[in-house]
Amino acid sequence: MLNAVLAGFVLAFAAPQVARHLPRQAGTIAALLPAGIFVWLLNQAEMALGPGVVERWPWSPLPGVTLSFHLDGLSLLMALIISGVGALILIYAGAYMQGQAQAGRLYALLLAFMASMLGLVLADNLIALFIFWELTSITSFLLIGWHYQEERSRAAALQALIVTGGGGLALLAGLVLIGLVSGTWEIAGLAAQAGTLQDSGLYLPILLLLWLGAASKSAQFPFHFWLPGAMVAPTPVSAYLHSATMVKAGVYLLARLSPALGGTQEWSLLFMVTGLVTLLLGGWLSLKQDDMKRMLAYSTVSSLGLLVTLLGLGTKLAAEAAALYLLAHALFKGALFMVAGAIDHASGTRDLRRLRGLAGALPTGALAAGLAGLSMAGIPLLAGFAAKEFIYEAALFSGGSVWLLTLLLLAGNVAFVVVAQQMTLRIFSGASLRFEHFHAPGVGLWAGPLVLGALGLALGLLPEVTATLAGAAARAIYGAPVTIHLFVLPDSVTPMLLLSALTIVAGILLYRRRTKLEPWLNWLDQGARLGPENAFRRLVGGLPRFAERVTDMQQNGRLRSYVMWVVGAWLLLLALTWLLRGGPGVPSDLLARLADLRFHELVLVVVILAGLASVMQANTLLTLIVSLGVVGFGTAIVFILFGAPDLAMTQFSIETLGVILFVLVLYRLPGMVRLSPRRTVLRDSVVTGLAGAVVTLMILVITDVPLVSPLKTWFADASEPLGHGHNVVNVILVDFRGFDTMGEITVLGIAAIGIFALLKLRPGRGGESKAGDGEGRT
Amino acid sequence: MTSIILVVATRLIFPLMLMFSLFLLLRGHDAPGGGFVGGLMAASAFALFAFATSVTRARDALRRSTFRLIGVGLLFAFISGLPGLFAGSPFLTAMWTSAEVPVIGKLSSVLLFDTGVLLVVVGVTLTIVFAMAEADEEEEE
Repeated sequence: MLNAVLAGFVLAFAAPQVARHLPRQAGTIAALLPAGIFVWLLNQAEMALGPGVVERWPWSPLPGVTLSFHLDGLSLLMALIISGVGALILIYAGAYMQGQAQAGRLYALLLAFMASMLGLVLADNLIALFIFWELTSITSFLLIGWHYQEERSRAAALQALIVTGGGGLALLAGLVLIGLVSGTWEIAGLAAQAGTLQDSGLYLPILLLLWLGAASKSAQFPFHFWLPGAMVAPTPVSAYLHSATMVKAGVYLLARLSPALGGTQEWSLLFMVTGLVTLLLGGWLSLKQDDMKRMLAYSTVSSLGLLVTLLGLGTKLAAEAAALYLLAHALFKGALFMVAGAIDHASGTRDLRRLRGLAGALPTGALAAGLAGLSMAGIPLLAGFAAKEFIYEAALFSGGSVWLLTLLLLAGNVAFVVVAQQMTLRIFSGASLRFEHFHAPGVGLWAGPLVLGALGLALGLLPEVTATLAGAAARAIYGAPVTIHLFVLPDSVTPMLLLSALTIVAGILLYRRRTKLEPWLNWLDQGARLGPENAFRRLVGGLPRFAERVTDMQQNGRLRSYVMWVVGAWLLLLALTWLLRGGPGVPSDLLARLADLRFHELVLVVVILAGLASVMQANTLLTLIVSLGVVGFGTAIVFILFGAPDLAMTQFSIETLGVILFVLVLYRLPGMVRLSPRRTVLRDSVVTGLAGAVVTLMILVITDVPLVSPLKTWFADASEPLGHGHNVVNVILVDFRGFDTMGEITVLGIAAIGIFALLKLRPGRGGESKAGDGEGRT
Repeated sequence: MTSIILVVATRLIFPLMLMFSLFLLLRGHDAPGGGFVGGLMAASAFALFAFATSVTRARDALRRSTFRLIGVGLLFAFISGLPGLFAGSPFLTAMWTSAEVPVIGKLSSVLLFDTGVLLVVVGVTLTIVFAMAEADEEEEE
């Protein structure tokens, strides 16, 4: 399984090269990988449907962080969708891009996304799952922002990233809590800990964090707005990521964790309310859209809401319905998106008002859309029919407020029937229109939707296959054995059948009278748009303004205010800690100790203090530098006197070099000007004086506490036998703590490059030509 | 602004300073010294040289770009960590040979590491000094 996931990432790098040399065939070539994975998955199906396939790759010394994979019924269903649809999408993308120069990047990103998504559904470790989760968010961001030259695309991509990425952070917190509470990081082991998890006081926080993660990823209310926005991406992306796979990640997560966390009142309430609101909002907003892709996007939001509702319900029937619908939806929605893209490609428009009578010009498209539309509407013989039957059955036997739930689901399903008619009857029937630049799309654009549409029919006609696949997935969702019984055609009249029929009739009536709905839908649209999306805009817009204000205050470009902030913050934290924690007191015999000062030490102190006074009084830069030098050299002598020759030597060298550097810049600097008013000088003196006093006091206090540390003697003793050196300082630097030193010299090197850039690349002085000078002369 | 006294003095002091730098590096393991101070010393020597003559000539005397010194120094430090790795110990574990070389003493990976530190310090310091001095000379032109 690791190979299957890694192959996608590795081949993603090769895709641009392939696209450069074989621009026409590159999409199809790239499709070989997902096709291969699809076949491999079918090969593993028997094992997966039975005990499941497990793989473990420990890679980190941290406990709990392993790269482990688990292929069971649910993973298998998702992985088959990801690889199967992925193969078709890559072929489709090949035809869609028509060998454009940028096509290679698209294949690469699609492959990388596919690998991330496969990893996500196969992962058995919470941390691994999270990493793949984030990878899908990032690849999705890159794909939504495909037309990065356009402001609109960038904004949509950023919006999607912030929403899903923010949810991802919440999810990480939730997953870590799950791991801590349950004591296991393997998802397969979580179900056994269900009791521990649900009785824990952290259950509700976990649930809410999970909700944030899943709802943002799967475009649930109130985070639904990013998905219609994401439609600026090329259609292959919308069909793949934003209908069939990535947006299902949140649903998948809920399904995966429902045996461990589900079945409680909190779970049902949270996810059923979210799901139902999303189902209705998405469904009814989809009726208002004129853009085919946006309509399908809202319809997808609605479908995801339906899935979340079913998972929230959590009964056996609901799990079966969710599995069936997951499969059916991936097939028909993927197909409809691809049809929309093909029509856009052929006619240059996606506007429903400008499209009609396309059946004559695009018979293949009509067939594909028809098959998908029938499945979406839930017509018998197709996969969507069985799913809808089970949804109603789950609602009727839910045991709660049955009628309310059934009614709400009915209202949501009616919208699907209307959308199905929009995508079939409205654009394909009637008198045909003439387009200026109409060109019929080739086989590459039709293969995908046709295969997916036909699969919807095949699954309807082969109930055993569907039942096996969906049953295994439902078992993983429900957490107990499940057997689904499906029929090609219903043999008796059941309440579910009547509800299905009612849905279709209502859908047809609504479709005929859709213009009457406009005012209502407008009202709904306004509310939905002004609500969450507006809040998001304000938040995202306000953040930079807030950051700007804080930055202006802290980083105003004056060196002394930077120093002030650093010293002030440090002083405050230190003083607070000292006071609050009640650190060791000041030794009482401080003054008595002063008498121990020897004469030469006293002289040194006087010299340093005199240097300091001179710094404060200096009127020219030269005096200033020399006075600073006095202080520096004085300090170095202190080091010598108290037995730190290494330190002293370094201090001497640094002081010397410092003087050299100052001399270099000295006469390029303007003359000495005292800029600060008296008040500022006073304030600065107080802060620095305090800082100095606190440091001195701290040192006195700290040295007064008897040091019980084996380190000092250890280093002194071990230096010779272990480090072959008598200079303990040096042995520590180059041997015992060599790794630290290595980090330090790396930082030094980087700092030098930064300083060089600052000195050489001054704007307005033709800096760029000079940047090369230093190199050129050597 | 070239002073004859400075030029003559530099001619005498420059090699001495470089030798002293080497001396500090080699004795550093047993007595005060080491790569860091050695590097500062060598950098001071070249800074003095740049003062006495010009940055261009100082760069010529250095032979290598200051950036290359940084790079090579880091490479030395990194390479010095590998023998430990091959011996099955953690990265950067000090390895000593028993071979006694005159003047240098026992050969070890630690010496290579310290040489790396020296080169980085020389490179960093001179990058800054030269860049500043060059800005200075341009001003004069």
